Amino acid sequence: MSNWVVILTSLAYLALLFAVAHASEKRWFSKKSLIDNGYVYALSLAVYCTAWTYYGSVGRASSKGLDFLTIYLGPTIASFLFWPVLRKIIRISKVQRITSIADFISSRYGKNITLSGFVTLLCVIGIIPYISLQLKAISISIKIITNQPEQATTLDSFWNDNSFYISIILILFIFLFGTRSVDTTEKHEGMVTAVAFESLVKLLAFMAVGIFVVYGTFEGFGDLFQRASQKVNVSELLDIELSSGYFAWFGMMLVSFFAIFFLPRQFQVSVVENISEQHITKATWVFPLYLLLINLFVLPIALGGKVLFDGMAVDSDTLVLKIPLLLGQPLLSLLVYIGGFSAATSMILIETIALSTMVSNNLVLPLWVKKNEFQRNSDGFSGSDIILIRRIAIVVIIILAYGYDLLVAQHLQLVSIGLVSFVAVAQFAPSIFGGLYWKGASKNGAIAGLVAGFALWFYTLVVPSLVSAGILPDSILTEGLFFQSYLKPFFLFGMEIEDHIVHSAFWSLFVNSSLFVVVSIYSRQSTFEIYQSELFVDIFQHKDGGLQKPIWRRTALREDLRMILANFLGNERTEKMVQNFAHKNKIDPDLVYADPKLVEFCERVLSGIIGSASARILVASVTKEEEMKTEELISILRESQQMIELNKELKKKSLELEKAGLQLKAINNQLVQMDKAKDEFLYTVTHELRTPITSIRAMSEILHDNPEMEVETRNHFQYSIIKEIERLSRLISQVLSLERFESGKQKLEYQSVNLNSMLDSAVNSIAPLAEEKRIHLRIQIPNAMHLVRCDEDMIMQVLNNLLSNAIKYSDDGTDIEVILETNFNEYQISVKDSGPGIPLHLQEAIFDKFFQVKNQVLRKPEGSGLGLAISKRIVELHGGKIGVESESGKGSKFYFSLPLS
Amino acid sequence: MELKKILIVDDDPYILMSLDYLMRVNRFDVLVARNGTEALESINSNKPDLILLDIMMPDVDGYEICNRLKSDPQTKEIKIVFMSARTKPSDIQKGYDLGASLYITKPFSTRDLLKQIKELLSHRLY
Repeated sequence: MSNWVVILTSLAYLALLFAVAHASEKRWFSKKSLIDNGYVYALSLAVYCTAWTYYGSVGRASSKGLDFLTIYLGPTIASFLFWPVLRKIIRISKVQRITSIADFISSRYGKNITLSGFVTLLCVIGIIPYISLQLKAISISIKIITNQPEQATTLDSFWNDNSFYISIILILFIFLFGTRSVDTTEKHEGMVTAVAFESLVKLLAFMAVGIFVVYGTFEGFGDLFQRASQKVNVSELLDIELSSGYFAWFGMMLVSFFAIFFLPRQFQVSVVENISEQHITKATWVFPLYLLLINLFVLPIALGGKVLFDGMAVDSDTLVLKIPLLLGQPLLSLLVYIGGFSAATSMILIETIALSTMVSNNLVLPLWVKKNEFQRNSDGFSGSDIILIRRIAIVVIIILAYGYDLLVAQHLQLVSIGLVSFVAVAQFAPSIFGGLYWKGASKNGAIAGLVAGFALWFYTLVVPSLVSAGILPDSILTEGLFFQSYLKPFFLFGMEIEDHIVHSAFWSLFVNSSLFVVVSIYSRQSTFEIYQSELFVDIFQHKDGGLQKPIWRRTALREDLRMILANFLGNERTEKMVQNFAHKNKIDPDLVYADPKLVEFCERVLSGIIGSASARILVASVTKEEEMKTEELISILRESQQMIELNKELKKKSLELEKAGLQLKAINNQLVQMDKAKDEFLYTVTHELRTPITSIRAMSEILHDNPEMEVETRNHFQYSIIKEIERLSRLISQVLSLERFESGKQKLEYQSVNLNSMLDSAVNSIAPLAEEKRIHLRIQIPNAMHLVRCDEDMIMQVLNNLLSNAIKYSDDGTDIEVILETNFNEYQISVKDSGPGIPLHLQEAIFDKFFQVKNQVLRKPEGSGLGLAISKRIVELHGGKIGVESESGKGSKFYFSLPLS
Repeated sequence: MELKKILIVDDDPYILMSLDYLMRVNRFDVLVARNGTEALESINSNKPDLILLDIMMPDVDGYEICNRLKSDPQTKEIKIVFMSARTKPSDIQKGYDLGASLYITKPFSTRDLLKQIKELLSHRLY
């Protein structure tokens, strides 16, 4: 393929990337920020997959089988810990305005300058080879696709090298989208969107070549594996033990587990650029899914390469690109090239921004600030100076990376360079994880561990590479340093681990964490360290991430503080920020001496701009601080701990109280209901009493006022009065009786009763009433004597009620039957009429008290409306049941049962 | 002189009987009805001057009857006197809202009732 096609395509792709970044910053697509989205967040995490993995995984799979997966398994496992661990790091970083991994470590251990600078150096030294690897990948892939010899570029011909010019374009890109604002806590929208976009491109490109190999070249996975197994021992490649051994697997997984948290670019996208903690939940499954997809075709491509390039000498690191070229697919080749290009550029972009922030905020500025303490009325340095520092850092980093590629990298295996960086950042694990969960972790412990770990890493991985490059003598490798054989870099203390990476990781991490723990235990923390450790470890317990009352009684002239901030933010923004904060916290912003809270706030704002260590020094230069003794701080912390406990307790208590309140409310409701029922009952009773009283009063008054009334009428009136008074007393006694039942005062007087004779006498006593309506009463009793224990008067009352109801509702001249039946363990007595019947939906309700009153459908002038209600209670008190079977128009059968025993 | 016509509506036979007697003795033309349906029929054919009306009746209740009469121009002049065991203020208010001339609660004094009925009908009586 001709050179200019590739150049033009690369430039077009970069232009597209510019457009995407620019569009995102201008919010062309939506009003909401594009990066305020869980999927974009998850995709930006995929900056993890660089050109090294894009090309190198297939290479590693070709020689070591499944071993390449370890680099993805570590992060996959880590993603399950995103919610507890990553969220904690994010929360702390937001509260403390931390913008890099160096800042994070230094903040935890008292905003220490030494730590901050040392971690930055470690990152720069550890990561530059990794960046150079990306540049190398770009330049090699261009050479392959344009069919030039694959030899590395040398110092005297680099201006002929495409990747040199691409580096320059990348620098411009970073200047534009990565270093515009001095406040690094502000998000790099365009940058992150571009990186998420690049993640999609590299995934699609890699899957395209994978699908092409499996389905375009072979006939699916089965065919591919079958044909590959004729060339190589596939099962050997799939065997973990044979490929690299379980110890190496574990070591690699552990190192890549740390890398996903601590690589500067990962910290940048996952922590600094994070907008919402909620996005973590999405990343927890989207990110591992991404890793799965991009790895799906690694082994098939590796095996396919073995079949296609059978017998030919080919660098398996370049198979991904060489396969489509071999099969004459120029478009696909170009796509694959762009995929690799995107993997490389996204890594370079983010890594460089992260490193430049660190170099400026954690290395240059702290030193500068320390040397030139703040002087009133002097210009000092300003925001634009800082941006300049960062831009210089970016150029220097890229030049170093490029130079490393020219001078050292060409002597090294492509694959190992990335892992060397992984082991470097893994050194942060003890001080960060320890610092997150162990308050006792101290600055001295962190420094001791880091220095030792870094030294061992350097000795066991970097020194050998310098030997390979011819910079150091061979004897170090073969004989050991100073000819001491136990100091051989690859076999330290005689440790025989074949994999140099795992060997280095083991020694450096082992010594690092041991020193970290031991020194922490035996060293004293400064007061400020104790304070920071409290804020880090218990971040989720403190409201707004800080202690409720300001601990540091620092004051400063308001004017000094304002000037410091204004240097970096400008007068207007400074004024606005201070006013906002003062308003929110109800502080008077115009006091000559600033409130301690305001001082703390200013320090945090500055942290986001110049790093926490420099911010602390700068603010300290204008503040007067009362000395605080460690004991004093500890007692305040203990107090605050007690407050937290107390709050928890209080919350628990108030929950209990709320529960009790709810119960009380329920009971009250019940009472109100009961009260209502009682009121209603009373109202109905008085209502029922009013009717007979009305007629009694009317008739009495008329009798009294009309002495000339005829005798016949007079007699009729007097008789009616007597009847009405009877009705009244009946009603009253029934109400009282019902009340006795309801309050449980009613007792039964059990006696042995002959049912035959009881039914007879009930029928006899009601007979006159029946005769008035010419109604026939018939009794059906089986032949035998039927004895039952019951309260005779009560049961008589029930029978009487049922019979009189039946007569009341029956038409003249009809029949009423009284039936006695015996079941297994009870008697059943029924009264059957051929009256109007009761509709189904009322059959239960008629046993309610005053049913008639409320449902006037059935109302007849006689009756209290309590008869059935009382009957029901009597039967139930005997342990029996009462009910009715009826159909409208076909009569009713009321029945009740009495248990035999 | 023509006698004033009074319709007494109640489902309690004793109340019906006593009021019937009371009104007759006091020289009214008396009609009785034992439920809502009978009452409406009687009103149609007899055009009473005043109705003594119970509220709680099984078929058509007193409120409903009053409502119908007051919304018909032919019958809206008929004076309505409710007599009811319902003593809640809201029930009484409802009665007056429907256009009743009087609402008396049971039990009542026949002497007062008589006096008030005479007053209600007076401007036409004399």
